Amino acid sequence: MKFTTLMASAALALGLAGGAYADGHEKTKVGFVYVGPVGDGGWTYEHDQGRLAVEEEFGDAVETVFVENVAEGPDSERVMTQMALDGADLIFTTSFGYMDPTNNVAAKFPDVKFEHATGYKRLHPNVSTYSARFYEGRAIQGHIAGKMTKTNTIGYIGSFPIPEVIRGINSAYIHAKKVNPDVEFKIIWVYTWFDPAKEADAAKTLIDQGADVVLQHTDSTAPQAAAQEAGGVVTFGQASDMGQYAPFPRVSSIIDDWAPYYIARTRAVMDGTWESKDTWDGIGAGMVGIGDISDAVPADVKEEALAMKAALADGSYHAFTGPLNKQDGSPFLAEGETADDGTLAGMNFYVEGIEGDIPQ
Amino acid sequence: MDLSAINPILLIAAMIAAATPILLAAIGELVVERAGVLNLGVEGMMITGAVCGFIIAVNTGSPTVGFVAAAIGGAVLSLLFAFLTQVALANQVASGLALTLFGLGLSSLMGQSYVGIKPPRAEATPLGPPADIPVIGPIIFGHDLMVYLGLGIVAGTWAVLKFTRMGLVLRAVGENHDAAHALGYKVKRIRTLAILFGGACAGLGGAYISLIRVPQWTEGMTAGVGWIALALVVFASWKPWRVLLGAYLFGGITQLQLNLQGAGVAIPVEYLAMSPYIVTIIVLVILSADKARAPGSLGRTFHASG
Repeated sequence: MKFTTLMASAALALGLAGGAYADGHEKTKVGFVYVGPVGDGGWTYEHDQGRLAVEEEFGDAVETVFVENVAEGPDSERVMTQMALDGADLIFTTSFGYMDPTNNVAAKFPDVKFEHATGYKRLHPNVSTYSARFYEGRAIQGHIAGKMTKTNTIGYIGSFPIPEVIRGINSAYIHAKKVNPDVEFKIIWVYTWFDPAKEADAAKTLIDQGADVVLQHTDSTAPQAAAQEAGGVVTFGQASDMGQYAPFPRVSSIIDDWAPYYIARTRAVMDGTWESKDTWDGIGAGMVGIGDISDAVPADVKEEALAMKAALADGSYHAFTGPLNKQDGSPFLAEGETADDGTLAGMNFYVEGIEGDIPQ
Repeated sequence: MDLSAINPILLIAAMIAAATPILLAAIGELVVERAGVLNLGVEGMMITGAVCGFIIAVNTGSPTVGFVAAAIGGAVLSLLFAFLTQVALANQVASGLALTLFGLGLSSLMGQSYVGIKPPRAEATPLGPPADIPVIGPIIFGHDLMVYLGLGIVAGTWAVLKFTRMGLVLRAVGENHDAAHALGYKVKRIRTLAILFGGACAGLGGAYISLIRVPQWTEGMTAGVGWIALALVVFASWKPWRVLLGAYLFGGITQLQLNLQGAGVAIPVEYLAMSPYIVTIIVLVILSADKARAPGSLGRTFHASG
């Protein structure tokens, strides 16, 4: 035990990180920092599935470690530092709020590779960012929601007002409005990624106020349970399939599939070919999966949804295609124009028709 | 903005449901602190109660048995705290924090195979027909039994502390344990019983979240309610009715802010989100302007020396 620790520290001190571990003398150590518990049934659960896939793929050649329930902010910096000190070669930090801590720690450990999910800051050559185009899945949800709502009121549980979440709201709204011009969105911000009681309260409030479709951008299955209890309310699985609530209230889902990416990046570290980059994949690349559309959805709607999925996957359709205006009426996209990634990544406005203000 | 979307009757009913877990945990902690013990493990006992109640309710099919199990689960965990602080004379703050960490870990271990399972439903309106009376029906009669039990515990705690010999002894132990000991009262035994009561109440509060309010099991699902309950006891100046007021205020404004957001009221969401904390603190601070103070022996270790 002591001897291996000594060897590991010696190796680190000699700057033999990265590719040097691939010569078979040392396991590649991959760390994961999670914002919620691995049993949340949503976001963190799927990241952990990705971690398990890495273990399965490489067997004894890798060692994975994870820390769950890490608060965004200074606490996460401490956790990452500890992981790096413990000899991790590659660290995945899986929440938006880890963005600055990841870059801070990366500056201190130039030989350790860092991968930050859903962020955009790559201040050091050993930091990569990756995310999935969840908004493509939101477009499909919006379509189904717009077709299925009877009260024309769709509730949306927002976590934090960051571009990621705002993109999802816009994408869902655009596609709901397209098939149902009378549709109205009610948005509640709960300022948490994971708090089942608060999420349940928000869902109940939306339902009490007439919503018969509830979309969520939070990680637990509590809104599904609330919808089930209320009866007649449609929901969608978020981040994970949440299939235990199928076929109703959960009629479909967005599934994050991180496994291929995690395996590819771990392999890159082993090969010594890892370099900093930004990855943003969608349905086409398989990073965003659409969970089984249940029979509670009318057959024609299901068919349309699947057609949209195919078009999004092969790139023939973009979820943000003009003509679109911003909320204040100013033009956003002209007829046939599609939004570029830069605009999408920093999206901080609602599209025309959504009521209310984005908290600043 | 569309305030007509808010239904005041449903709002009040939701408020009472939101307040109940905090109320249960806080009234238990109040008794513990009145006995002179500071147990920071409320969160840990709540989550343990939540998972125990959930497991037993699922396996027996009876939410009532689940609640009993939750109370026992919370009490058993608090027994560990009682052992550490009353027998081993460990530091109460450290032991309480450890209890929270331990409870969170233990509960996620116990709940591993219960993620995604639906618990049996408690009877929504056990009081029957009166719940159908317009307006006051849903507000007063339309709740599950735990809401009334919570109110009953508050009233009972108040009456016992104020009017009975038992309450007097408990307060004496909390105010000055040396004097109480000199008078021949069993300080440790009384404190242990108070800790058990606190654990049972916290367990009930946790199970209210996992069996009624959410209802499902998810790791870490109490998400800090125990800490709010702890703070509430202090701001309520260790008085039962103020705990009730604080819990309802907190629950009410939490629900109100969600409703206002849903109705699209033009108040910045940040202010709405912080409003439950601020309003509850302000109101209770104003109320505590009288000469209320903490129990004299609160947090001090008692050792029967000399």
